[in-house]
Amino acid sequence: MATGIHSVTDTRSQEFAHPQVQAAWKTLDCGFAPVAAVFEECLYEALTRFNQQQLAAYIDAARVIGKLGRGPEPLLAFLEEWPTVVASASGDQEPLLPQVMGAIRAMQKSPNSKAITPFLQTLAAVARRLQSVDQIGIYIDIALDLMVRTSVSIHGHHTTFPSPGLPHFFDLAPRLLGLLSTAGLKSWTDYGIRNYAHHPERQEEYFRLDSADSRAVLQRERHGTLFADVERQLDLYLRALWQDSQQLVPYSTAFDSQIKSVPYYDALGLRVPDVLDDDRGVSGLDRYRAVLAHMVGHRRWSKPQIADNWSPFQRMAVEFFEDCRIETLLIREFPGLRRIFLALHPKPVEGACDPVASSCLRHRLAMLSRALLDPDHAYVDVTLNAFVARFHAALGDGESSTNEIAQMALSYVTQTRRQSDQLAKVFFDDTVIDYRDDNRQLWRFIEQGDEEDAFDEERKLDRSDEIVGLPPRHYPEWDYQSVTFRPDWVSVYEGLHPSGNAAVIDQLLEKHAALAKQLKRLLELLKPQDKVRIRYQEEGSELDLDIALRSLIDYKSGSTPDPRINMSHRTDGRDITVMLLLDLSESLNSTVAGSQQTLLQLSQEAVSLVAWAMECLGDPYAIAGFHSNTRHDVRFHHIKGFSEEFDDSVKARLAALEAGFSTRMGAALRHAGHYLSHRKADKKILLLLTDGEPADIDVDDGQHLRADARKAVEELAATGVTTFCLSLDPKADEYVSEIFGRHWRVLDKPEHLPQVLPMLYASLTA
Amino acid sequence: MSNKDQYLIKTEPFYQAQGNEVTLYEAAYHAKLPVMVKGPTGCGKSRFIEYMAWKLQKPLITVACNEDMTASDLVGRYLLDANGTRWLDGPLTTAARIGAICYLDEIVEARQDTTVVIHPLTDHRRVLPLDKKGELIEAHPDFQLVISYNPGYQSLMKDLKQSTKQRFTAFDFDYPTAELEAQIITQETGTDAALAARLVKIAQTARNLKGHGLDEGISTRLIVYAATLIRRGVAAPDACRMAMVRPITDDADIRSTLDHAIDAVFA
Repeated sequence: MATGIHSVTDTRSQEFAHPQVQAAWKTLDCGFAPVAAVFEECLYEALTRFNQQQLAAYIDAARVIGKLGRGPEPLLAFLEEWPTVVASASGDQEPLLPQVMGAIRAMQKSPNSKAITPFLQTLAAVARRLQSVDQIGIYIDIALDLMVRTSVSIHGHHTTFPSPGLPHFFDLAPRLLGLLSTAGLKSWTDYGIRNYAHHPERQEEYFRLDSADSRAVLQRERHGTLFADVERQLDLYLRALWQDSQQLVPYSTAFDSQIKSVPYYDALGLRVPDVLDDDRGVSGLDRYRAVLAHMVGHRRWSKPQIADNWSPFQRMAVEFFEDCRIETLLIREFPGLRRIFLALHPKPVEGACDPVASSCLRHRLAMLSRALLDPDHAYVDVTLNAFVARFHAALGDGESSTNEIAQMALSYVTQTRRQSDQLAKVFFDDTVIDYRDDNRQLWRFIEQGDEEDAFDEERKLDRSDEIVGLPPRHYPEWDYQSVTFRPDWVSVYEGLHPSGNAAVIDQLLEKHAALAKQLKRLLELLKPQDKVRIRYQEEGSELDLDIALRSLIDYKSGSTPDPRINMSHRTDGRDITVMLLLDLSESLNSTVAGSQQTLLQLSQEAVSLVAWAMECLGDPYAIAGFHSNTRHDVRFHHIKGFSEEFDDSVKARLAALEAGFSTRMGAALRHAGHYLSHRKADKKILLLLTDGEPADIDVDDGQHLRADARKAVEELAATGVTTFCLSLDPKADEYVSEIFGRHWRVLDKPEHLPQVLPMLYASLTA
Repeated sequence: MSNKDQYLIKTEPFYQAQGNEVTLYEAAYHAKLPVMVKGPTGCGKSRFIEYMAWKLQKPLITVACNEDMTASDLVGRYLLDANGTRWLDGPLTTAARIGAICYLDEIVEARQDTTVVIHPLTDHRRVLPLDKKGELIEAHPDFQLVISYNPGYQSLMKDLKQSTKQRFTAFDFDYPTAELEAQIITQETGTDAALAARLVKIAQTARNLKGHGLDEGISTRLIVYAATLIRRGVAAPDACRMAMVRPITDDADIRSTLDHAIDAVFA
C-alpha cells in the first residue's frame, strides 16, 4: 500500500460516455487510476441489478470507502464485490449496507484498518455461502467481536496493536463457512480468542488453520454427520445387516478443497469420509450406510478383472455395469436400500449432452446406471432399454458374475461408441455417483506401467531414530468457560524416577520404629478375616442354635416358627488397589515452620511408612510422583509399580525424590487413573498427596486448572476410581472441596505427616 | 390332590421339528433316561417338551426355577394346620408318584445345592428319598425328568455342576434355519410366507449382533409376537419395532441400526 508521498495521476477529470456513469464518477470523487479503469464495468453491472435508490447508496458507500485513506484496494474490492453480495443475499437487504459500513468504520477507528481490504475481498464469497442477510449480520458480529477481543491494549488505555488474527480470519472465512455453520464459526473463533488472545504468533497460527488444535476444534464443530459420532452405529450396521466386521477408517475431507476423495477399500479397511452432510433428502447416517453397503457388495460379489487389455472407456463401462449389478443384488437382499440409492443417484436428463461438442460417454453410462436401478426411469433410448432388458435377464434369479457383466459392458461400449467420446471436453453434469467407491479392487494390472523395466524404482527404507524414552501421552484438558475439552492439550512424559541410596529409607523407617509398632497393632485389626458368618438362612451349612431354639419355642407355643434357623459362611477378602500420587512441585522444598525438615523430607518419611503399612496389609499399590513445566511437559515419575516389591530398588527411587516446577494436577490424575483403571480390584483408590492448589506457569486463570482437576476427579469416579486428597496447605479449605468433593483432608501441622498418612490410609480402607 | 389328568396336555401344541429330535426324545423316554434341553431363549425348548408330553400322552409338571427356590420347594414340606403338621408333596415328588414328566425350566437359576436333590432320581436308582418325612419314593415307571437351560446369557457363576450335567442326555436347540423359521411363523400365526420371511430376515440381522452389544438375538417367540400384531392390523414396521426391537435393547445405536434394518426390509 502506498504510504509515501509520490505523485499520482488524478483521474477525477476522466470522461465517461454513459451519462449515468459520468454522474456516478463525479459523486465518487475518486482519483485512483486502477479504479477508473474498472469503474465503468462495475457500474454497468450495478445498473442491471440495482434500482435508483440502491445505486445511490452504492455510490455513496463507495465514496466513503474511497476516502478512508487506505489506497485503492478497499474501494476496488467494494465496487467489484458488492453487486454479487446483494445478489446472493436473500431477505430484506435494507440493513445490509449500513451493517457493512458500520463494520468498516469500526475497523477504521481501531488499529485494524488493514483488515478492511480482506474483509471486502471475501465478502462476496461469504455471502454466497451464507445466502441470507441475517446470517451475514451474524458473521460480521463474529468478526467484530474477534477484532475487539484480540486488539491488544498496552497500559489498559487504548487499543494500540491490531488484532493479529483478524486478516487471516477474513481470508479463510469463505472456506470456514463451507465447513461450519455460523454457530460453529462462533465457537471456533471463541476458542481461538480465549486461548491465544495474548499470544500473537499462536493466534495467527490458529486463525490461519495451521495449528493442530485449530484443526481439531474445526473438525469438532463441523456440520453434518461426523464419522466419530456414528462409528459404532456403522459398525453395528455392517455386522447386523451384512455380517461384515471389516475395520472402518475415516479420511479427512476438511482440508482438500480441490480434489474430492472417493470412498475405497483395501486390506486395511473400508475408507469413508470423516463427515457427510444430509443431502438430497437422505440423512448423513443413511449416506454412510449406502457407502458401506456398496463396498460390502463389491467385497461379496465382485471378482477382480485383468485390466491391461481394456481401454479406459471400457474399464469405466465395466465399473458402471458392475456397480449396478451389485446394487441390484443388495436391493434384492434389503429392498429398502432402493429408496436411498435412488435418492443419491443423479438423474441425468436425456439429451442434456451434445454429442457433437463434448464427450458423452459418462453421461450415457450414468443414464444407463439410473435406468438399471430405477424401474421408472422413462428413458426412451432404444439401445439403453435393450441393455436394461439384457441386464435384468442376466441377473434373473441368479447373481450373474463380474465376468458376464463385463462382457455385457464391453458390447455396450462397442454398440454406442462415438467419435466424440475421445474429445477432451467431458460432460460431467449429473454423472458423479458419490456413494460408490473408486473400484480400485476391481482391477488387476499385470504390468506396472509401459516402461520396459523399473530399475530405477527407489526403495525407501525408513529408518527412524531410536526412540529415547517413551513417547508422550496426550490428555485433553477441561475448559470450564466453553464447557468443552481442549483436545490433546497436555503432553505427559513418563519414566522411572532416578535412584539414590536405599539405605536412607531404611534409616527413616528405623527412626519411626515406635510409630511402626503402634501401626502394626492397628493393621492387625484391619487384616482380612476370611470367613464371615451369614445368619438367618433357611438352608445353610450349620444350625444356628439361638435362632433354632427361638423357633422351637414359637412352635411349641403355637405361633408360626421362623424357618430360617441355619447359618452359612462366606469368604471375605480385602480387594483394594491403591495408587499413591505425590505432588513433586517446587514448593515442597520449603522448610516447615518449627522443624528443620522440608516438606519433601516429611513426605519421604510418610510415604515410606505408608508403603510399609500397605505391604503389611498385602494390598497391591503403586507410587508415582508428578510435576509440570507448562502443558507441553508434564512429568510423571514411576517410583513403585503395582507388581514390584517394596525392595531396595524402590527404596532407592524413593530416597532420590526431588522437587521442582509446578502442579498440573488434572493431567497427572488422568494418567494415574489410566493405570488404576486397568487393575482388577473391588475398590481402586487414588491417594493424592499435595501441598497446594493446581497451578502452572502457562496458566493465568487459577480457576481453570482447578476446574480441570475437578473434571479429572469426576472422570475417575466414573471409571470406579475413588480419589482422596491429603493436602498440606493450611489454606486448602477454600478450593480443595471444590475439586475433591468430600474426599479430602487438610493437615494443619505438616510435621505430623509421617504419623497421619498411614493412619489415614488405614481408616480409609477399614 | 394328585389328579393325574389335570397335568395332561389336552390339545396338540404346534411344533415344527428341526431334525430327528422327536424320535430321539421318544427313545430316551422309553429308555427312562433323563433329558436336558439347551438353547437360547425363545427358540422352542418348552414348546418341544409340551409337544412330546402330548405325543406320549403323559402328564407334564413344569417348574420355573428361581434363585429363591429351595430343595423343599421341589420335594415338599411340612405345613402346620390345626391338628399339628401335614406333609405336602412338592412338584418333583408328585411327578415321581404319578408318573409324570417333570420339567425344570431354567434349572441354572436355582442354586446349585438345590439342584443336587434331583440326583438320585436321575441315575439307575430312580428313587427320591424324603429325609424329612422318612420315606423313600420309588419313581413311577412313566416318570421322567427334563431340565432346560440357556448356556448363553447367564453369568459364569451360574452353571450346572459336572455331576449334574453328566446325568442327562442332551438336546442342543438353536433358532431354526430361515426357511423353517418362516414356516413356523406362518403356521403359528397364519401370516403369509413373504411377510414371515421378512420378519425372519430382521431377526437374523439382530442375531448377527449377538456379543456385540446384544446378549441374545431376536427369538422366534418375538417374531411370533410381531406377526400376531401385524395380523391384528398393526403396520408391519411399527409391529416389528414394538415386538422385536424395543424389548431386546436399551442401546440407542443398536436400536437405530435395527430400525434401519426394518426400513430396509420393508421398502
